[in-house]
Amino acid sequence: MIEGIFVEGLIYGIMVLGVFISFRVLDFPDLTVDGSFPLGAAIMATCILAGVNLWLALLLAFAGGVIAGYVTALIHNHLKVPNLLAGILTMTMLYSVNIRVLGNRANVPLLNVDTVLTVVNDKLDGIVPDDYKSLVFFVLVALLLKFLLDLFFRTDLGLTIGAMGNNEQMVVSQGVNPKTLKAIGLGLSNGLVALSGAFAAQYLGFADVGLGQGIIISGLASVMIGEFLIMKSNRISVLTLCALLGSVCFHGVLYVGRYYGYLINMTPNDLNLIKGILIIVLLVLTQSRKLKRPSKAVVKND
Amino acid sequence: MIELKDVRMIFGQGTVNENVAISNINLKVKEGDFITVIGSNGAGKSTLFNLIAGTITPTIGSIFLNDKNVTREPEYKRARHIGRIFQNPLLGTASNMSLEDNMMITYRKGFKWLKRSLNHAKRELFRQELTQLKMGLENRMKENLAMFSGGQRQALTLLMVVLSKPDLILLDEHTAALDPKNAEIVLELTNKFIEEYKLTGMMITHNMSHAIEFGNRLLMMDKGEIIFDVEGEEKKALTVERLLEKFHEIRHTSFQNDRTLLAEDK
Repeated sequence: MIEGIFVEGLIYGIMVLGVFISFRVLDFPDLTVDGSFPLGAAIMATCILAGVNLWLALLLAFAGGVIAGYVTALIHNHLKVPNLLAGILTMTMLYSVNIRVLGNRANVPLLNVDTVLTVVNDKLDGIVPDDYKSLVFFVLVALLLKFLLDLFFRTDLGLTIGAMGNNEQMVVSQGVNPKTLKAIGLGLSNGLVALSGAFAAQYLGFADVGLGQGIIISGLASVMIGEFLIMKSNRISVLTLCALLGSVCFHGVLYVGRYYGYLINMTPNDLNLIKGILIIVLLVLTQSRKLKRPSKAVVKND
Repeated sequence: MIELKDVRMIFGQGTVNENVAISNINLKVKEGDFITVIGSNGAGKSTLFNLIAGTITPTIGSIFLNDKNVTREPEYKRARHIGRIFQNPLLGTASNMSLEDNMMITYRKGFKWLKRSLNHAKRELFRQELTQLKMGLENRMKENLAMFSGGQRQALTLLMVVLSKPDLILLDEHTAALDPKNAEIVLELTNKFIEEYKLTGMMITHNMSHAIEFGNRLLMMDKGEIIFDVEGEEKKALTVERLLEKFHEIRHTSFQNDRTLLAEDK
C-alpha cells in the first residue's frame, strides 16, 4: 500500500517536475500537459507492441513531448496567441494525434508484453524484495531526473531561463531572445511530462487517450503541496525536491480518497472535484499564511 | 556610434488617437559622449530611448548603430550593444534569484549555452566588483534580490550593465523612483562608472541642475523635437537660469509654466 503511493507519486512526480518548470520557472501556465502526458503513454505503448527497444521507446516518448511543447511555444511566440490559449490549442490537437499514435484506438492494453517494469523486475530479482522493486527503480529514476534538472538550471542557459520567468525585460536587455528560451523551457517541461506518461502506461498496463484528463490540475496541486509543506527557498535543488515530495503527498491524499472515500459516500468520480477543492484550500492557506507573516516589501527604500 | 536620421514616430497613425511622439529627429552620438536629456512630460524623451533601444520601430527614418542600419532589428539583438536602465528598479534584476546568479546572467551579453560559468573565480571577481558600490552587498551574494532595497537594486543594475561593457548606455530617469539619498548615491556611481570605464551614455533627467552638472553634452526636447543641443565649453557655462531663458527664447512660452514642468530643485 504505502509503496504503491510512493511509486505512483514518483511516476507522476516526473510530470510534476515538468509542470514545475512551466508554471514556476517559466511563469507560463502551460495546458499542453493534458495532451503530452497521454502522448508519451501512446508512443510508449505503440513502441512496445512494435518491439522497439524499451530505452529507445522512452527516449522517443520524451522527444514526442519536446515537440508538443515546442508547438505550443511556436503558436504563442509567432502568432501572438496568449499562453493559455496556445496550450489549449496544442492539447486539443494532441487528442487526435494520440488516437492516431495508438493506431486509431482509444485504448491499448499492455498485457503479457515486456515493459521497462518487467525488465527491471527481472534484473532486481533476488537483490530487492518483490514488493519494493518498482519503488527502488522509480526512486532512482526520479532522483536522476531531478539531479539532471538541478544541473541544467545551474548552467548559464538554465539561469537565464529562470530569469526570464521572473523578468522578461532583463533577458531582452541581455541580448537573448525570450522566444528561444520559452521554446527550450516548454520543450523540456513537456518532454518530462511525456516521459512520465510513458512510465504511467507501463505501470497501469494500458495507454488511454483519456489518461491526461485533469493531469495539469494534479501537477499543479502537487507543486503547491510541495511548496506549502516545505520551506520557501531560492535553491533549485530544494524546489525540485519539493515538487517530487509534493507529488507523493498528493497521491497519498488521492489514495485515502480512493480507498476510504466510501465512508463518506464518495465515489472515484468525485476525485476531480476533490483535486480542485484541494487546490482552492491550498490557495486559501497560502494567502492567509502570507497575511500573517507579511513578507518584506519587494521595493523598500531605506 | 549611434545615429538617427530623419526619425519620425507617430502612434496610432490614421486613427483619431493619432499622436506624433517624435516629429523629426536627427542625432549623432559620438563615442565617449555623455549626454543628458531634459524636457517636460510628453516631450518624447522616453520615446527617443525606445527608438534607440529598439523597443519600437520608427514610422519614418533610419537608425544606425556602429554604421550598421539597425532600424528593423529587434530589441534583443540591439541589446548586445546597448545597456539600458529603467526608472523601475525591478526591471533590471530578477527578484527571486540570488545576487550571484543575477550577476552571472548579466556578466556577458548574448545567448548562453549549457556551460556552468559560476565558479569560485567568478564569485571572487563579483565580490571585488561589488565592493565598488560600498553597500556591503559583497557579503550578501547568496541572498535573493527581493530582499534588497530599490536603491541597492538600482545601484546593482548599474554595476551589472557597466560590467557587460555595452557600447552605449541608456539611463531612463534611473534615479527618479528612489528617495533623495539613494538617488544621490546612484547618480554619483553613474558618474564615477562613466568616467572610469569611458562609457558612451545618455541620461534622461527631470532635474536641470543634474543635467548641467553631468555629462559633456545636453539635449533639450520639446514636442517631439530636439530644440537645444549644446556641448563642450558652452555646456559647462550653462546655468539653470540660462537654460530656462533659452527654452523661453525658443518656444516663446511662459517662464512660470516651465518652472513647474522642469524641476530645478537643489
